[in-house]
Amino acid sequence: MNRLVVRNARLLDPATRLDQVGDLLVLDGRIADLGSVGPVSGARVVDATGWALMPGLIDLRVASREPGAEHIETLASLADAAVAGGVTTAAVLPATDPPIEEPALVELILRQSDRIGRARLRPWAALTRGFGGQVLAEMGLLSAAGAIGFSDGGHPVAHAGVMRRALAYARTFDRPVMNHPSDPGLVGVATEGELATRAGLSATPAIAERMMLERDLALVALTGGRYHAGPITTAAGVAAIRRAKQDGLPVTADTALPYIALNEVAIADYRTDVKVWPPLRSEADRQAVVAGLADGTLDALSSDHQPHDADAKRLPYSHAAAGIAGVETLLVLALEQVHTGSVGLLDMLARLTTGPGSIIGSDAGRLARGCPADLVLVDLDRPWRIDADAFRSKARNTPFHRRPVQGRIIATVVGGEAVFGTLP
Amino acid sequence: MGIGGHRVTPYRRAAMIIHAAHRHLLGIEGMSPDDVTRLLNRAEAHAAGTIDPAQLRQGLRGRTVVNLFFENSTRTRTSFELAGKRLGTDVINMAVAASSVSKGETLIDTAQTLNAMRVDLLVVRHPESGAVQLLAKAVDCSVINGGDGSHEHPTQALLDALTIRRRKGRLEGLEVAICGDVAHSRVARSNILLLTLMGARVRVVAPPTLLPTDIERMGVEVHHRMASGLAGADIVMMLRLQKERMAAALVPSVREYYHFYGLDRAKLAVAKPDALVMHPGPMNRGVEIDGEVADDLDRSLIRDQVEMGVAIRMACLEWLLGQLPPPGGAA
Repeated sequence: MNRLVVRNARLLDPATRLDQVGDLLVLDGRIADLGSVGPVSGARVVDATGWALMPGLIDLRVASREPGAEHIETLASLADAAVAGGVTTAAVLPATDPPIEEPALVELILRQSDRIGRARLRPWAALTRGFGGQVLAEMGLLSAAGAIGFSDGGHPVAHAGVMRRALAYARTFDRPVMNHPSDPGLVGVATEGELATRAGLSATPAIAERMMLERDLALVALTGGRYHAGPITTAAGVAAIRRAKQDGLPVTADTALPYIALNEVAIADYRTDVKVWPPLRSEADRQAVVAGLADGTLDALSSDHQPHDADAKRLPYSHAAAGIAGVETLLVLALEQVHTGSVGLLDMLARLTTGPGSIIGSDAGRLARGCPADLVLVDLDRPWRIDADAFRSKARNTPFHRRPVQGRIIATVVGGEAVFGTLP
Repeated sequence: MGIGGHRVTPYRRAAMIIHAAHRHLLGIEGMSPDDVTRLLNRAEAHAAGTIDPAQLRQGLRGRTVVNLFFENSTRTRTSFELAGKRLGTDVINMAVAASSVSKGETLIDTAQTLNAMRVDLLVVRHPESGAVQLLAKAVDCSVINGGDGSHEHPTQALLDALTIRRRKGRLEGLEVAICGDVAHSRVARSNILLLTLMGARVRVVAPPTLLPTDIERMGVEVHHRMASGLAGADIVMMLRLQKERMAAALVPSVREYYHFYGLDRAKLAVAKPDALVMHPGPMNRGVEIDGEVADDLDRSLIRDQVEMGVAIRMACLEWLLGQLPPPGGAA
C-alpha cells in the first residue's frame, strides 16, 4: 500500500483557486486528502516547507519521433523529458512515421506509456488519412482505442468541406478537432514585416492565422462540433477566439511556449534554433497572446515540443527544421510570465493543468480528493540557468540554453510515485 | 577550438580578436560610411591603374582564395578570380552541384574541409538568405558574401557606388531609382543600405507584388509607376526579373511587365537629362530593359559596372587579407 504525506507545502490548485500552506495525502496513487492531514501510519512523510505543491502539468502538444525516427526521440525519452519539465500528461501529436491513424498505433502508444511509467502519454490521432486533408480518419475506432482528439498537426485542413464534415462527424464521439490555424496559401519562414524584408526571407502575413480561424469558427457555428485551435500566435487570433467564446461556440484554444518567450527579433542573424512554425511574431502579438493567457481567452499553454537532431537545424534558415524541444522548459518559462507580473500564478497554472485537462478529458490536473496523484513539487524562487546538455530529451534544439530562470522542480510525481527528482 | 575539432592556430585567434568587427564582409549592414569610403578610394586607385601591377602581385602572394559557389554565376566568380590573381593570390574555384545545395551536411562538411585546407579567404554565393553567415560561423578563415538568397550582395553595391561616384563625383544627395523585382533582389537590399548610408535618396519602383512588406522602413520612397518613380532621378538602376515570377502570380506576363516597367527611352525621359542607367546583369532585353537604352554608351553604365567589379573586389580582398599576419608565420 502506497502512502505518502507531503507536509507544510504551499498547496496550489487552480481549479479551486486554493493557495495556502497545508498537507496532502496520497493513497494508492490518488489524492486522498488535503489541507490538514493527521498522522498516517506507515506513510512516507515529506517536509515541503518553503516549496509549492501543484498539480502535474498537462501539455496539449508534444511531438514524438517514435515510431519512425527513434534516433531523434523515443517515447521513453519523451516521457522522461516531460516529467523533468513538470509535465505529467503529454498529448502526443500524430505526425509520426507512420502517422497515428490506425487504432493499433493508438493502443501501442498507450501501452508503451504504461510500460515506461513516467509521464502519461495520450495520443492525438490524424484527422484525415495521411494528413492529406481529404479522407476522414476512422474517428470512431480511434476514439474507442483511446485517441484524445483529432488533428493533422502542422498541416491545416485546407478544404472547407472536409473540415465541415470532420467537425460534424466528430460530434458523435465527443472528441475535439484541432486545426493548425494558418492559411495554407500564405506561407513563409518569417512573419511579414521589416525584419523579414531586411533578412530577405520568405514571409507570411500574420493575418494568415486569423483567416483560417475565422473560416473554422464559421464552420463550428454551422456544425456545433468541438473545435480546438492551436497554437494561437497573433493578436487577431486571440481576438477571434474571444469573440467566438462570447458567441457561445464550443471552442477552445492554446498558445505555445515560443510565442510567449520570444518575438521575431530573435530570428535576426538567422538563428535556426528559434525557427518555429508558425514563425515568431511581433512584440505586439506576443503581448496580446500573453494577455490572452492571463484572461483565459486561451485555455492552455503548450510546449509544442518538437525534437530535432543537430543536422536538421544546421541548415540555411529556409531549409532548417521548424520547432523547439520545449517540454522540459514549459513550467519555468511559464513562470517567467508570472514573475514579471504578466499572468497571475493560479491563472498560469490553470492554463497548464485544468485548461488543457478539460480539452482532452483528463481527470488529472487538480488537487482534489480522488484525482490521480500527479504532482509537482517546486521551489518557486530558486534561480538557475536552463542547461540543454542536461536535457532528458534526446534533442537539444532549444534557444533557451543558458537562459536565467526562476523556479526549480524538486520532484515530479505520477500516480503517487516520484518519477523525476527526489522527495526528500 | 573551431567547429569540427579543427584547432585555431594562435596567430589566427589573435587576428580574430583584434579585427573581430571586420573579419568577414557579409553585408553592407554594419559597415560605416568610413569603411565604404576607404574601400571606394582604394578601388578607385585600382581602376585608375596608378598602382604598379608587378608590385601588386607581390602584396598578397601565397594567400589562398576559394570561390565557393552554390549557385551559377559567371560574372561575379570571374570578377573575384581576376581580382585575386591581380593581387598575386592563388584562386581556386569550387562549384557545388545545385542538387546537393539543400543538404545541410554539404554546407557544414564543406566548411570543415576548408578549415582543414587552411584557406585564407572564401568568397561564397548561396541561393538561400543567411547561408553565407551560417558558413562564416563554421570556418576559420575570412568570408566575403558573394550573394546570399534575397539578402545581400555587398560587393555589387560597392561596385555600383564606385561606378556612380566616378561619373557623378559623389553619392550624397543623388536621387536613385531602383526598379523591378525588389522583393527577390539581394542587389536591391545592399544598394538601398549603401546608398542611404552615404546620403543618397533612394526610391523603389515596382508593382506591389514585387515589393517586400515595409520596404519603406529601410528609408526608401515607394512608387508603383515608372513615371513618378523616375521623375528627376540621377540614376536609374534596373533589376533582373526572373521568368519564374509569372508562374508565382506576381506579374501577369512579360509583355505587361515590359509595357509598364520595362525601361525604354520614353520612360527614361522623365528622369534628369543626364540620368544614367545601371543594371547588375545578366540583362533580359525586352523584359526589364530595352536594348537601345542598355547599349546607349552615353546613358548606360552597364559596362563600367563590370569593370569596377574587379577593382572593388581587389579592394575587398586587400582589406580582409591585409589584416592577417604574414603567411607561414606562427603556424
